[in-house]
Amino acid sequence: MGLVARQVEAAGIPTLCMTSALDITRAVHPPRAAFLDFPLGHTTGKPGEPELQRQILMEALTSFVSMSVPGSVKMLPYRWSADEDWKGKAFAEGDDRLPRRDTPQYQDEEDRGRAEGGGSPACPVCRS
Amino acid sequence: MEPVEYIPRIRDNYARLGYKPYSWVVNADPPQWTPLAKPLSQCRLGLAASGGVYATGQVAFHHKDDTSVRDIPTDVDTGDLRATHFAYDVTDARRDPNVVFPIDPLRRLVREGFLGGLATRFHTFMGGIYSARRVTEDLAPKLTARFREDGVDAVLLVPV
Repeated sequence: MGLVARQVEAAGIPTLCMTSALDITRAVHPPRAAFLDFPLGHTTGKPGEPELQRQILMEALTSFVSMSVPGSVKMLPYRWSADEDWKGKAFAEGDDRLPRRDTPQYQDEEDRGRAEGGGSPACPVCRS
Repeated sequence: MEPVEYIPRIRDNYARLGYKPYSWVVNADPPQWTPLAKPLSQCRLGLAASGGVYATGQVAFHHKDDTSVRDIPTDVDTGDLRATHFAYDVTDARRDPNVVFPIDPLRRLVREGFLGGLATRFHTFMGGIYSARRVTEDLAPKLTARFREDGVDAVLLVPV
């Protein structure tokens, strides 16, 4: 995403990259980033916690105003859990990613039906 | 505890699986910088997220270097959002898409006056594209063109 950030910013639109992978973000070096020290798949918060999500977004977005040095990373002050056991497990037990298929991977069969049937009538814009 | 170092862990995994080494993009040169032109409370915000989120009715992403983009109207019903991805555990994203596509907190920040407004559509894609060239020559220009059409003052980017 850092590559996208650099290109969008170079086109004249200010960007902010959220990240949960600090070393990758530092390597790619986007203009502005906000680091949330949560497991991958939770870049903007915990599920079912709207107040926390709001706080995270507000603090991150403030970087648009507070940052003045290109390549800055704001460290957001939240922890996933007190013990941080999840950090030992991330990517440590081999590759558990799914096989990479080149056909649409629907969340469920109902979605496949809606997409193949020409989209949901309630959401015409969604057909793109 | 220190942040997880993903680069060595992923490199070790690839070696163990016999894949060819992934070469990370390293940009030593500082990024170009565009300052925010007005206060956040007057800005229209755009968003792109790479967590594989789509709205039901759309064709889902596939899992092999998919550089396509879905446009999601920002008045979408959150219950119509779906997630598909090969590289992260989507359990929580399916329970609450806001963990990788923060549509509800952003709508709330507009209602509260913290943000001026949102683009009429946000943009999603898959990420996990192995070729940096396909990102810089295909995906990033597509997103940049959309943000220009959307007339946004600032862009939030949410990877996974």
